[in-house]
Amino acid sequence: MSTAATPNYELIQQDGLETNLLEVSMGPHHPSTHGVFRMDVKLDGETVVDLRPVFGYLHRNHEKLAENMSYLSSMPFTDRLDYFNSMTNNWAYALAAEKLIEVEVPERAEYLRVIMAELTRLVNHVSLVGFFINDLGALGTPLLYAFREREKILDLFEQASGARMMCNYFRFGGLRNDVPEGWLERAAKVVDHFPSFLDEYEQLLCENEIILSRTQGVGNLPRELAISAGVTGPMLRASGVAYDLRKVDQYGIYDRFKFRVPYTDGDTGDCYDRFMIRMLEMRESIEILKQALAGIPEGEIMGNAPRVFKPKPAESYGRIEGPKGELGFYLIADGTPKPYRYRVRPPSLINLTVLRDMCLGGKIADAVIILGSIDIVLGEVDR
Amino acid sequence: MSELSHEPVLQQFPDAEWDKAAGAVIVPLGQARTMAEWLLGQGVDYCSNVTGVDYLEREVKEKITNDAGEMETVTRTEPARIDVVYHLYSMQNKTGPLVLKQRTSRDNAEAESLTPVWRSCDLQEREVFDLFGVNFKGHPDQRRILMWDEFEGHPMRKDYTEPFDYEWEPTPHNEILEKHQKGKVIV
Repeated sequence: MSTAATPNYELIQQDGLETNLLEVSMGPHHPSTHGVFRMDVKLDGETVVDLRPVFGYLHRNHEKLAENMSYLSSMPFTDRLDYFNSMTNNWAYALAAEKLIEVEVPERAEYLRVIMAELTRLVNHVSLVGFFINDLGALGTPLLYAFREREKILDLFEQASGARMMCNYFRFGGLRNDVPEGWLERAAKVVDHFPSFLDEYEQLLCENEIILSRTQGVGNLPRELAISAGVTGPMLRASGVAYDLRKVDQYGIYDRFKFRVPYTDGDTGDCYDRFMIRMLEMRESIEILKQALAGIPEGEIMGNAPRVFKPKPAESYGRIEGPKGELGFYLIADGTPKPYRYRVRPPSLINLTVLRDMCLGGKIADAVIILGSIDIVLGEVDR
Repeated sequence: MSELSHEPVLQQFPDAEWDKAAGAVIVPLGQARTMAEWLLGQGVDYCSNVTGVDYLEREVKEKITNDAGEMETVTRTEPARIDVVYHLYSMQNKTGPLVLKQRTSRDNAEAESLTPVWRSCDLQEREVFDLFGVNFKGHPDQRRILMWDEFEGHPMRKDYTEPFDYEWEPTPHNEILEKHQKGKVIV
Protein backbone atom coordinates (compact mmCIF):
# COMPACT_ATOMS: atom_id res chain seq x y z
CA MET A 1 0.00 0.00 0.00
CA SER A 2 1.45 3.31 -1.00
CA THR A 3 0.20 6.34 0.82
CA ALA A 4 1.92 9.62 1.50
CA ALA A 5 3.54 9.80 4.88
CA THR A 6 1.32 11.90 7.08
CA PRO A 7 3.48 14.57 8.69
CA ASN A 8 4.00 13.75 12.32
CA TYR A 9 2.39 16.85 13.67
CA GLU A 10 2.47 18.03 17.27
CA LEU A 11 0.88 21.04 18.81
CA ILE A 12 3.35 23.80 19.38
CA GLN A 13 3.36 24.91 22.96
CA GLN A 14 4.73 28.36 23.32
CA ASP A 15 5.73 29.45 26.82
CA GLY A 16 3.62 26.66 28.23
CA LEU A 17 0.46 28.02 26.56
CA GLU A 18 -1.68 25.51 24.73
CA THR A 19 -3.23 26.64 21.51
CA ASN A 20 -6.52 25.44 20.09
CA LEU A 21 -7.05 24.15 16.60
CA LEU A 22 -9.25 26.33 14.45
CA GLU A 23 -11.81 24.70 12.19
CA VAL A 24 -12.59 26.61 9.03
CA SER A 25 -15.20 25.66 6.48
CA MET A 26 -13.85 26.90 3.15
CA GLY A 27 -16.69 27.10 0.70
CA PRO A 28 -19.10 26.16 -0.75
CA HIS A 29 -19.35 29.81 -1.75
CA HIS A 30 -15.73 30.79 -1.98
CA PRO A 31 -14.18 32.07 -5.21
CA SER A 32 -11.12 29.87 -4.88
CA THR A 33 -13.16 26.66 -4.83
CA HIS A 34 -14.15 27.05 -8.49
CA GLY A 35 -17.81 26.38 -7.85
CA VAL A 36 -19.61 24.78 -4.96
CA PHE A 37 -16.90 22.70 -3.38
CA ARG A 38 -16.22 22.75 0.33
CA MET A 39 -13.12 21.94 2.34
CA ASP A 40 -13.35 21.43 6.09
CA VAL A 41 -9.91 22.56 7.20
CA LYS A 42 -8.37 22.24 10.64
CA LEU A 43 -5.73 24.87 11.26
CA ASP A 44 -3.02 25.39 13.78
CA GLY A 45 -2.16 29.00 13.22
CA GLU A 46 -1.81 29.06 9.47
CA THR A 47 -0.77 25.44 9.08
CA VAL A 48 -3.20 22.85 7.78
CA VAL A 49 -3.36 19.85 10.12
CA ASP A 50 -6.43 18.20 8.64
CA LEU A 51 -8.53 18.63 5.55
CA ARG A 52 -11.74 16.97 4.48
CA PRO A 53 -13.26 17.64 1.06
CA VAL A 54 -17.07 17.77 1.02
CA PHE A 55 -18.90 17.02 -2.21
CA GLY A 56 -22.42 16.90 -3.50
CA TYR A 57 -23.67 20.48 -3.68
CA LEU A 58 -24.16 20.20 -7.44
CA HIS A 59 -25.30 16.58 -7.48
CA ARG A 60 -28.19 15.88 -9.84
CA ASN A 61 -27.68 12.15 -10.45
CA HIS A 62 -26.69 12.52 -14.06
CA GLU A 63 -26.28 8.73 -14.33
CA LYS A 64 -29.86 7.99 -13.31
CA LEU A 65 -31.15 10.60 -15.74
CA ALA A 66 -29.24 8.98 -18.59
CA GLU A 67 -30.54 5.51 -17.71
CA ASN A 68 -34.07 6.72 -18.33
CA MET A 69 -33.61 8.05 -21.86
CA SER A 70 -32.31 6.80 -25.17
CA TYR A 71 -28.58 6.70 -25.90
CA LEU A 72 -28.57 9.80 -28.06
CA SER A 73 -30.74 11.84 -25.69
CA SER A 74 -28.05 11.99 -23.06
CA MET A 75 -25.47 13.42 -25.46
CA PRO A 76 -26.46 17.04 -24.61
CA PHE A 77 -26.26 16.18 -20.91
CA THR A 78 -22.61 15.20 -21.25
CA ASP A 79 -21.92 18.84 -22.18
CA ARG A 80 -22.96 19.80 -18.68
CA LEU A 81 -20.48 17.52 -16.94
CA ASP A 82 -17.32 19.48 -17.54
CA TYR A 83 -18.78 22.63 -19.00
CA PHE A 84 -15.40 23.91 -20.15
CA ASN A 85 -14.81 20.91 -22.37
CA SER A 86 -18.10 19.84 -23.89
CA MET A 87 -16.42 18.59 -27.07
CA THR A 88 -14.21 16.05 -25.32
CA ASN A 89 -17.09 14.91 -23.13
CA ASN A 90 -19.10 14.26 -26.27
CA TRP A 91 -16.23 12.30 -27.74
CA ALA A 92 -15.78 10.03 -24.74
CA TYR A 93 -19.47 9.18 -24.72
CA ALA A 94 -19.57 8.65 -28.48
CA LEU A 95 -16.53 6.37 -28.21
CA ALA A 96 -18.20 4.15 -25.61
CA ALA A 97 -21.46 3.95 -27.55
CA GLU A 98 -19.72 3.32 -30.87
CA LYS A 99 -18.12 0.25 -29.32
CA LEU A 100 -21.62 -1.09 -28.67
CA ILE A 101 -23.05 -0.53 -32.14
CA GLU A 102 -19.84 -0.97 -34.14
CA VAL A 103 -20.13 1.88 -36.59
CA GLU A 104 -17.39 3.30 -38.78
CA VAL A 105 -16.56 6.98 -38.42
CA PRO A 106 -15.74 8.72 -41.73
CA GLU A 107 -12.30 10.17 -42.31
CA ARG A 108 -13.32 13.83 -42.29
CA ALA A 109 -15.26 13.41 -39.07
CA GLU A 110 -12.22 11.82 -37.41
CA TYR A 111 -10.11 14.81 -38.37
CA LEU A 112 -12.73 17.28 -37.16
CA ARG A 113 -12.98 15.36 -33.89
CA VAL A 114 -9.26 15.73 -33.31
CA ILE A 115 -9.40 19.43 -34.22
CA MET A 116 -12.29 20.06 -31.82
CA ALA A 117 -10.67 18.07 -29.02
CA GLU A 118 -7.35 19.89 -29.31
CA LEU A 119 -9.06 23.29 -29.49
CA THR A 120 -10.90 22.26 -26.33
CA ARG A 121 -7.60 21.39 -24.69
CA LEU A 122 -6.32 24.87 -25.51
CA VAL A 123 -9.47 26.42 -24.03
CA ASN A 124 -9.20 24.35 -20.87
CA HIS A 125 -5.50 24.81 -20.25
CA VAL A 126 -5.45 28.51 -21.02
CA SER A 127 -8.33 29.24 -18.66
CA LEU A 128 -6.90 26.91 -16.00
CA VAL A 129 -3.63 28.83 -16.07
CA GLY A 130 -5.58 32.07 -15.80
CA PHE A 131 -7.59 30.83 -12.83
CA PHE A 132 -4.49 29.41 -11.22
CA ILE A 133 -2.71 32.76 -11.34
CA ASN A 134 -5.95 34.30 -10.08
CA ASP A 135 -5.78 31.98 -7.05
CA LEU A 136 -2.24 33.17 -6.43
CA GLY A 137 -3.56 36.67 -5.98
CA ALA A 138 -2.96 38.25 -9.38
CA LEU A 139 -6.62 39.16 -9.67
CA GLY A 140 -8.02 39.63 -13.13
CA THR A 141 -5.30 40.60 -15.57
CA PRO A 142 -3.71 37.22 -16.46
CA LEU A 143 -7.14 35.60 -16.42
CA LEU A 144 -8.53 38.14 -18.85
CA TYR A 145 -5.54 37.72 -21.15
CA ALA A 146 -6.40 34.02 -21.17
CA PHE A 147 -10.09 34.66 -21.70
CA ARG A 148 -9.32 36.93 -24.66
CA GLU A 149 -7.73 33.95 -26.43
CA ARG A 150 -10.37 31.53 -25.22
CA GLU A 151 -13.05 33.72 -26.74
CA LYS A 152 -11.56 33.32 -30.22
CA ILE A 153 -11.81 29.55 -29.93
CA LEU A 154 -15.31 29.72 -28.49
CA ASP A 155 -16.29 31.78 -31.54
CA LEU A 156 -15.06 28.91 -33.70
CA PHE A 157 -17.16 26.48 -31.67
CA GLU A 158 -20.18 28.70 -32.10
CA GLN A 159 -19.74 28.86 -35.85
CA ALA A 160 -19.41 25.08 -36.07
CA SER A 161 -22.00 23.89 -33.58
CA GLY A 162 -24.21 26.87 -32.78
CA ALA A 163 -23.20 27.11 -29.13
CA ARG A 164 -20.14 28.50 -27.40
CA MET A 165 -19.96 26.08 -24.52
CA MET A 166 -22.80 23.54 -24.71
CA CYS A 167 -21.76 22.28 -28.14
CA ASN A 168 -23.60 18.94 -28.42
CA TYR A 169 -21.67 18.44 -31.65
CA PHE A 170 -20.76 14.75 -31.73
CA ARG A 171 -22.99 11.94 -32.88
CA PHE A 172 -22.51 8.18 -32.84
CA GLY A 173 -20.66 7.53 -36.06
CA GLY A 174 -19.63 11.09 -36.81
CA LEU A 175 -20.64 14.65 -36.20
CA ARG A 176 -23.94 16.51 -36.27
CA ASN A 177 -23.08 18.79 -39.16
CA ASP A 178 -20.12 19.81 -41.25
CA VAL A 179 -18.25 23.00 -40.44
CA PRO A 180 -19.40 26.06 -42.44
CA GLU A 181 -17.48 27.38 -45.40
CA GLY A 182 -14.29 29.20 -44.47
CA TRP A 183 -14.24 27.72 -40.97
CA LEU A 184 -11.02 25.79 -41.48
CA GLU A 185 -9.23 28.92 -42.68
CA ARG A 186 -10.47 30.87 -39.67
CA ALA A 187 -9.39 28.04 -37.38
CA ALA A 188 -5.95 28.00 -39.01
CA LYS A 189 -5.67 31.73 -38.39
CA VAL A 190 -6.48 31.30 -34.69
CA VAL A 191 -4.01 28.42 -34.40
CA ASP A 192 -1.27 30.40 -36.16
CA HIS A 193 -1.75 33.32 -33.82
CA PHE A 194 -1.82 31.24 -30.64
CA PRO A 195 1.96 30.64 -30.22
CA SER A 196 2.67 34.38 -30.13
CA PHE A 197 0.18 34.72 -27.29
CA LEU A 198 1.81 31.78 -25.51
CA ASP A 199 5.23 33.40 -25.89
CA GLU A 200 3.97 36.58 -24.29
CA TYR A 201 2.17 34.68 -21.54
CA GLU A 202 5.21 32.57 -20.74
CA GLN A 203 7.43 35.62 -20.68
CA LEU A 204 5.11 37.30 -18.20
CA LEU A 205 4.47 34.33 -15.94
CA CYS A 206 6.96 31.47 -16.06
CA GLU A 207 9.91 33.25 -14.49
CA ASN A 208 7.93 35.59 -12.31
CA GLU A 209 9.56 35.59 -8.91
CA ILE A 210 6.33 35.62 -6.95
CA ILE A 211 4.93 32.69 -8.91
CA LEU A 212 8.14 30.73 -8.46
CA SER A 213 8.27 31.26 -4.72
CA ARG A 214 4.58 30.51 -4.23
CA THR A 215 4.43 27.34 -6.35
CA GLN A 216 7.80 25.59 -6.25
CA GLY A 217 7.95 22.87 -3.62
CA VAL A 218 4.28 23.36 -2.76
CA GLY A 219 1.79 20.53 -2.94
CA ASN A 220 4.23 17.73 -3.66
CA LEU A 221 2.73 14.63 -5.20
CA PRO A 222 5.05 11.59 -5.33
CA ARG A 223 4.86 9.34 -8.36
CA GLU A 224 3.79 6.15 -6.52
CA LEU A 225 0.94 7.92 -4.78
CA ALA A 226 -0.20 9.50 -8.04
CA ILE A 227 -0.40 6.13 -9.78
CA SER A 228 -2.08 4.38 -6.85
CA ALA A 229 -4.62 7.16 -6.44
CA GLY A 230 -5.62 6.99 -10.09
CA VAL A 231 -4.53 10.53 -10.80
CA THR A 232 -4.55 11.12 -14.55
CA GLY A 233 -3.94 13.80 -17.10
CA PRO A 234 -1.47 16.69 -16.76
CA MET A 235 -1.34 16.13 -13.01
CA LEU A 236 -0.01 12.59 -13.43
CA ARG A 237 2.54 13.66 -16.03
CA ALA A 238 3.69 16.43 -13.68
CA SER A 239 4.55 13.66 -11.21
CA GLY A 240 6.83 11.97 -13.70
CA VAL A 241 4.69 9.36 -15.47
CA ALA A 242 4.55 9.56 -19.25
CA TYR A 243 1.04 8.17 -19.61
CA ASP A 244 -1.11 9.83 -22.22
CA LEU A 245 -4.09 7.96 -23.64
CA ARG A 246 -3.59 9.65 -26.99
CA LYS A 247 -0.36 7.65 -27.20
CA VAL A 248 -1.37 4.57 -25.20
CA ASP A 249 -4.83 3.87 -26.63
CA GLN A 250 -4.43 5.82 -29.87
CA TYR A 251 -8.19 6.25 -30.09
CA GLY A 252 -9.56 8.08 -33.11
CA ILE A 253 -6.69 8.84 -35.48
CA TYR A 254 -4.11 10.04 -32.97
CA ASP A 255 -1.60 7.52 -34.32
CA ARG A 256 -1.24 9.66 -37.45
CA PHE A 257 0.02 12.79 -35.74
CA LYS A 258 3.46 13.60 -34.53
CA PHE A 259 3.50 15.13 -31.08
CA ARG A 260 5.38 14.85 -27.83
CA VAL A 261 4.07 14.15 -24.34
CA PRO A 262 5.56 16.54 -21.78
CA TYR A 263 6.30 15.06 -18.37
CA THR A 264 8.65 15.90 -15.53
CA ASP A 265 11.89 14.18 -14.86
CA GLY A 266 11.70 13.76 -11.10
CA ASP A 267 9.85 11.45 -8.75
CA THR A 268 7.50 14.11 -7.50
CA GLY A 269 5.54 17.01 -8.90
CA ASP A 270 4.70 20.34 -7.32
CA CYS A 271 2.30 23.12 -8.31
CA TYR A 272 4.84 24.69 -10.62
CA ASP A 273 5.28 21.42 -12.52
CA ARG A 274 1.55 21.11 -12.99
CA PHE A 275 1.38 24.68 -14.24
CA MET A 276 4.29 24.23 -16.66
CA ILE A 277 3.03 20.89 -18.02
CA ARG A 278 -0.10 22.66 -19.16
CA MET A 279 1.87 25.41 -20.83
CA LEU A 280 3.92 22.79 -22.69
CA GLU A 281 0.88 20.73 -23.62
CA MET A 282 -0.66 23.72 -25.33
CA ARG A 283 2.36 23.87 -27.65
CA GLU A 284 1.89 20.21 -28.54
CA SER A 285 -1.83 20.72 -29.14
CA ILE A 286 -0.94 23.47 -31.60
CA GLU A 287 1.36 21.03 -33.42
CA ILE A 288 -1.46 18.48 -33.70
CA LEU A 289 -3.87 21.18 -34.87
CA LYS A 290 -1.51 22.33 -37.60
CA GLN A 291 -1.11 18.78 -38.92
CA ALA A 292 -4.84 18.08 -38.71
CA LEU A 293 -5.85 21.31 -40.42
CA ALA A 294 -3.36 20.64 -43.21
CA GLY A 295 -4.41 17.02 -43.73
CA ILE A 296 -8.20 17.16 -43.43
CA PRO A 297 -9.90 15.55 -46.45
CA GLU A 298 -13.24 16.35 -48.05
CA GLY A 299 -16.07 13.89 -47.62
CA GLU A 300 -18.89 12.65 -45.44
CA ILE A 301 -19.08 13.56 -41.78
CA MET A 302 -21.67 11.04 -40.65
CA GLY A 303 -21.36 7.26 -40.70
CA ASN A 304 -24.25 4.91 -41.22
CA ALA A 305 -25.68 4.91 -37.71
CA PRO A 306 -29.36 5.01 -36.76
CA ARG A 307 -30.62 7.65 -34.35
CA VAL A 308 -32.44 5.22 -32.11
CA PHE A 309 -30.93 1.79 -31.80
CA LYS A 310 -31.11 -1.28 -29.64
CA PRO A 311 -27.63 -2.64 -29.05
CA LYS A 312 -27.21 -6.30 -28.24
CA PRO A 313 -26.58 -7.03 -24.55
CA ALA A 314 -22.96 -6.10 -24.03
CA GLU A 315 -20.68 -3.88 -21.98
CA SER A 316 -18.27 -1.24 -23.15
CA TYR A 317 -15.83 1.13 -21.54
CA GLY A 318 -14.61 4.04 -23.63
CA ARG A 319 -11.98 6.41 -22.33
CA ILE A 320 -10.18 9.39 -23.77
CA GLU A 321 -7.48 11.77 -22.66
CA GLY A 322 -9.61 14.69 -21.61
CA PRO A 323 -7.92 17.97 -20.76
CA LYS A 324 -8.40 17.20 -17.05
CA GLY A 325 -7.48 13.53 -17.19
CA GLU A 326 -8.94 10.22 -18.18
CA LEU A 327 -12.62 10.65 -18.93
CA GLY A 328 -14.36 7.30 -19.18
CA PHE A 329 -17.88 6.14 -19.96
CA TYR A 330 -19.03 2.69 -18.93
CA LEU A 331 -22.17 1.48 -20.67
CA ILE A 332 -24.17 -1.70 -20.21
CA ALA A 333 -26.69 -2.45 -22.96
CA ASP A 334 -29.58 -4.84 -22.35
CA GLY A 335 -31.25 -4.85 -25.75
CA THR A 336 -33.52 -1.88 -25.14
CA PRO A 337 -33.08 1.64 -26.55
CA LYS A 338 -31.93 2.85 -23.13
CA PRO A 339 -28.64 2.00 -21.44
CA TYR A 340 -29.13 -0.35 -18.50
CA ARG A 341 -26.18 1.23 -16.74
CA TYR A 342 -24.48 4.45 -17.63
CA ARG A 343 -21.47 5.50 -15.64
CA VAL A 344 -19.13 8.46 -15.96
CA ARG A 345 -15.59 8.13 -14.68
CA PRO A 346 -14.94 11.74 -13.68
CA PRO A 347 -11.25 12.73 -13.71
CA SER A 348 -11.85 15.80 -11.53
CA LEU A 349 -13.33 13.76 -8.68
CA ILE A 350 -10.64 11.09 -8.70
CA ASN A 351 -7.82 13.64 -8.90
CA LEU A 352 -9.22 15.10 -5.67
CA THR A 353 -8.37 11.85 -3.83
CA VAL A 354 -4.90 13.19 -3.13
CA LEU A 355 -5.94 16.72 -2.10
CA ARG A 356 -5.57 15.97 1.60
CA ASP A 357 -2.15 14.37 1.17
CA MET A 358 -0.87 17.38 -0.75
CA CYS A 359 -2.22 20.01 1.65
CA LEU A 360 -1.24 18.51 5.03
CA GLY A 361 1.54 20.40 6.75
CA GLY A 362 1.32 23.32 4.36
CA LYS A 363 -0.09 26.77 4.81
CA ILE A 364 -3.78 27.55 4.33
CA ALA A 365 -2.95 29.92 1.46
CA ASP A 366 -1.19 27.04 -0.28
CA ALA A 367 -4.28 24.86 -0.01
CA VAL A 368 -6.00 27.33 -2.31
CA ILE A 369 -3.40 27.09 -5.04
CA ILE A 370 -3.04 23.32 -4.66
CA LEU A 371 -6.75 23.02 -5.34
CA GLY A 372 -6.30 25.40 -8.27
CA SER A 373 -3.50 23.30 -9.71
CA ILE A 374 -5.63 20.11 -9.65
CA ASP A 375 -8.05 21.70 -12.10
CA ILE A 376 -11.56 20.68 -11.06
CA VAL A 377 -14.97 21.48 -12.45
CA LEU A 378 -17.84 20.88 -10.08
CA GLY A 379 -20.27 19.91 -12.81
CA GLU A 380 -18.14 16.81 -13.22
CA VAL A 381 -17.12 16.22 -9.60
CA ASP A 382 -20.70 16.09 -8.34
CA ARG A 383 -22.46 14.99 -11.53
CA MET B 1 -2.96 -0.85 -26.43
CA SER B 2 -2.55 -4.54 -25.84
CA GLU B 3 -5.06 -6.48 -23.85
CA LEU B 4 -4.50 -7.50 -20.27
CA SER B 5 -5.19 -11.22 -20.34
CA HIS B 6 -7.55 -12.80 -17.83
CA GLU B 7 -6.04 -16.29 -18.26
CA PRO B 8 -3.33 -15.93 -15.56
CA VAL B 9 -5.96 -14.71 -13.10
CA LEU B 10 -8.12 -17.76 -13.72
CA GLN B 11 -5.09 -20.03 -13.33
CA GLN B 12 -4.06 -18.41 -10.05
CA PHE B 13 -7.62 -18.36 -8.70
CA PRO B 14 -9.40 -21.51 -9.91
CA ASP B 15 -12.65 -20.48 -8.23
CA ALA B 16 -12.91 -17.34 -10.33
CA GLU B 17 -15.33 -17.40 -13.23
CA TRP B 18 -14.98 -15.81 -16.63
CA ASP B 19 -18.13 -14.05 -17.81
CA LYS B 20 -17.63 -14.08 -21.55
CA ALA B 21 -20.61 -11.92 -22.48
CA ALA B 22 -19.51 -9.12 -20.18
CA GLY B 23 -15.79 -9.71 -20.60
CA ALA B 24 -15.30 -9.74 -16.85
CA VAL B 25 -13.76 -11.91 -14.16
CA ILE B 26 -16.25 -12.78 -11.43
CA VAL B 27 -14.32 -12.67 -8.17
CA PRO B 28 -15.03 -15.60 -5.83
CA LEU B 29 -16.54 -14.69 -2.52
CA GLY B 30 -14.02 -13.41 0.02
CA GLN B 31 -11.04 -13.44 -2.31
CA ALA B 32 -11.26 -9.92 -3.74
CA ARG B 33 -8.55 -8.45 -1.56
CA THR B 34 -6.15 -11.36 -2.13
CA MET B 35 -6.75 -11.18 -5.85
CA ALA B 36 -6.21 -7.43 -5.92
CA GLU B 37 -2.95 -7.72 -4.03
CA TRP B 38 -1.77 -10.47 -6.36
CA LEU B 39 -2.69 -8.34 -9.39
CA LEU B 40 -0.84 -5.35 -7.96
CA GLY B 41 2.22 -7.59 -7.69
CA GLN B 42 1.78 -8.49 -11.37
CA GLY B 43 2.06 -4.82 -12.35
CA VAL B 44 -1.64 -3.94 -12.50
CA ASP B 45 -1.04 -0.67 -10.71
CA TYR B 46 -3.92 1.49 -11.83
CA CYS B 47 -7.60 1.07 -10.97
CA SER B 48 -9.43 3.36 -13.30
CA ASN B 49 -13.11 2.98 -12.63
CA VAL B 50 -15.20 1.58 -9.78
CA THR B 51 -18.93 1.40 -9.98
CA GLY B 52 -21.99 -0.61 -9.07
CA VAL B 53 -24.67 -2.22 -11.18
CA ASP B 54 -28.03 -3.14 -9.73
CA TYR B 55 -29.96 -6.12 -11.14
CA LEU B 56 -33.49 -6.83 -10.01
CA GLU B 57 -34.84 -10.36 -10.05
CA ARG B 58 -35.74 -11.13 -13.63
CA GLU B 59 -36.69 -13.89 -15.99
CA VAL B 60 -34.25 -14.73 -18.72
CA LYS B 61 -35.18 -16.68 -21.83
CA GLU B 62 -32.39 -18.86 -23.12
CA LYS B 63 -32.03 -21.14 -26.11
CA ILE B 64 -30.34 -24.39 -25.18
CA THR B 65 -29.80 -27.72 -26.82
CA ASN B 66 -31.45 -30.53 -24.87
CA ASP B 67 -30.35 -34.14 -24.59
CA ALA B 68 -32.18 -35.13 -27.77
CA GLY B 69 -30.21 -32.51 -29.68
CA GLU B 70 -33.16 -30.16 -30.23
CA MET B 71 -33.18 -26.42 -29.66
CA GLU B 72 -35.36 -25.44 -26.75
CA THR B 73 -36.27 -22.16 -25.13
CA VAL B 74 -36.01 -22.26 -21.38
CA THR B 75 -37.10 -19.58 -18.96
CA ARG B 76 -35.12 -19.31 -15.78
CA THR B 77 -35.21 -16.81 -12.97
CA GLU B 78 -32.05 -14.89 -12.34
CA PRO B 79 -31.76 -13.82 -8.72
CA ALA B 80 -31.43 -10.15 -7.79
CA ARG B 81 -27.89 -8.98 -7.21
CA ILE B 82 -25.53 -6.02 -7.18
CA ASP B 83 -22.24 -6.10 -9.07
CA VAL B 84 -19.32 -3.94 -8.02
CA VAL B 85 -17.23 -3.42 -11.14
CA TYR B 86 -13.55 -2.53 -11.26
CA HIS B 87 -11.73 -1.52 -14.45
CA LEU B 88 -8.01 -2.20 -14.06
CA TYR B 89 -5.06 -1.14 -16.17
CA SER B 90 -1.33 -1.43 -15.94
CA MET B 91 0.42 1.89 -16.28
CA GLN B 92 3.94 0.42 -16.34
CA ASN B 93 3.15 -2.16 -19.04
CA LYS B 94 0.56 0.00 -20.79
CA THR B 95 -1.98 -2.82 -20.93
CA GLY B 96 -5.63 -3.16 -20.06
CA PRO B 97 -8.42 -3.27 -19.31
CA LEU B 98 -9.13 -6.13 -16.97
CA VAL B 99 -12.62 -6.07 -15.51
CA LEU B 100 -13.30 -7.52 -12.06
CA LYS B 101 -16.76 -7.97 -10.65
CA GLN B 102 -17.67 -8.59 -7.03
CA ARG B 103 -21.15 -10.06 -6.75
CA THR B 104 -23.33 -9.51 -3.74
CA SER B 105 -26.95 -9.88 -2.75
CA ARG B 106 -29.23 -6.85 -2.78
CA ASP B 107 -30.69 -7.20 0.70
CA ASN B 108 -27.47 -7.29 2.64
CA ALA B 109 -25.06 -5.89 0.12
CA GLU B 110 -21.48 -6.31 1.20
CA ALA B 111 -18.19 -6.30 -0.68
CA GLU B 112 -14.52 -6.17 0.14
CA SER B 113 -12.93 -2.76 -0.13
CA LEU B 114 -9.95 -2.53 -2.46
CA THR B 115 -8.99 0.95 -1.25
CA PRO B 116 -6.02 -0.42 0.73
CA VAL B 117 -4.65 -1.78 -2.58
CA TRP B 118 -5.52 1.06 -4.95
CA ARG B 119 -6.15 4.47 -3.40
CA SER B 120 -8.26 5.49 -6.40
CA CYS B 121 -11.08 3.29 -5.08
CA ASP B 122 -11.46 5.56 -2.05
CA LEU B 123 -13.94 8.15 -3.31
CA GLN B 124 -15.49 5.82 -5.88
CA GLU B 125 -16.32 3.10 -3.34
CA ARG B 126 -17.82 5.79 -1.14
CA GLU B 127 -19.98 6.70 -4.10
CA VAL B 128 -21.09 3.08 -4.58
CA PHE B 129 -21.90 2.91 -0.86
CA ASP B 130 -23.88 6.14 -1.13
CA LEU B 131 -25.84 5.47 -4.31
CA PHE B 132 -26.16 1.66 -4.21
CA GLY B 133 -25.92 0.88 -0.52
CA VAL B 134 -23.06 -1.60 -0.71
CA ASN B 135 -21.09 -1.95 2.52
CA PHE B 136 -17.35 -2.08 1.90
CA LYS B 137 -15.47 -4.11 4.48
CA GLY B 138 -12.12 -2.52 5.24
CA HIS B 139 -12.83 0.89 3.75
CA PRO B 140 -11.01 3.49 5.85
CA ASP B 141 -13.62 6.23 5.63
CA GLN B 142 -17.02 5.01 4.51
CA ARG B 143 -19.50 7.88 4.52
CA ARG B 144 -22.05 9.27 2.12
CA ILE B 145 -20.34 11.38 -0.50
CA LEU B 146 -22.87 12.93 -2.88
CA MET B 147 -26.11 12.78 -0.91
CA TRP B 148 -26.42 14.43 2.48
CA ASP B 149 -25.93 12.44 5.66
CA GLU B 150 -29.58 12.34 6.68
CA PHE B 151 -30.70 11.04 3.31
CA GLU B 152 -32.58 7.75 3.35
CA GLY B 153 -32.28 5.15 0.63
CA HIS B 154 -29.93 4.62 -2.26
CA PRO B 155 -31.01 6.48 -5.38
CA MET B 156 -29.18 4.43 -8.02
CA ARG B 157 -31.00 1.25 -7.12
CA LYS B 158 -33.47 0.32 -9.81
CA ASP B 159 -36.44 0.14 -7.42
CA TYR B 160 -35.78 3.46 -5.68
CA THR B 161 -38.78 5.78 -5.47
CA GLU B 162 -38.52 9.42 -4.61
CA PRO B 163 -40.11 10.60 -1.39
CA PHE B 164 -43.19 12.81 -1.54
CA ASP B 165 -41.19 15.77 -0.32
CA TYR B 166 -37.46 15.60 0.43
CA GLU B 167 -37.57 18.34 3.06
CA TRP B 168 -40.83 17.47 4.74
CA GLU B 169 -40.75 17.31 8.52
CA PRO B 170 -43.63 16.12 10.70
CA THR B 171 -45.61 18.86 12.41
CA PRO B 172 -47.28 18.46 15.79
CA HIS B 173 -50.70 18.75 14.19
CA ASN B 174 -51.92 15.20 13.94
CA GLU B 175 -54.73 16.00 11.60
CA ILE B 176 -52.41 17.57 9.06
CA LEU B 177 -49.96 14.72 9.48
CA GLU B 178 -52.66 12.17 8.70
CA LYS B 179 -53.86 14.11 5.68
CA HIS B 180 -50.32 14.41 4.49
CA GLN B 181 -49.79 10.72 4.73
CA LYS B 182 -52.83 10.22 2.56
CA GLY B 183 -51.31 12.63 0.07
CA LYS B 184 -53.97 15.31 0.48
CA VAL B 185 -51.86 18.15 1.82
CA ILE B 186 -48.90 19.48 -0.06
CA VAL B 187 -46.61 21.10 2.48
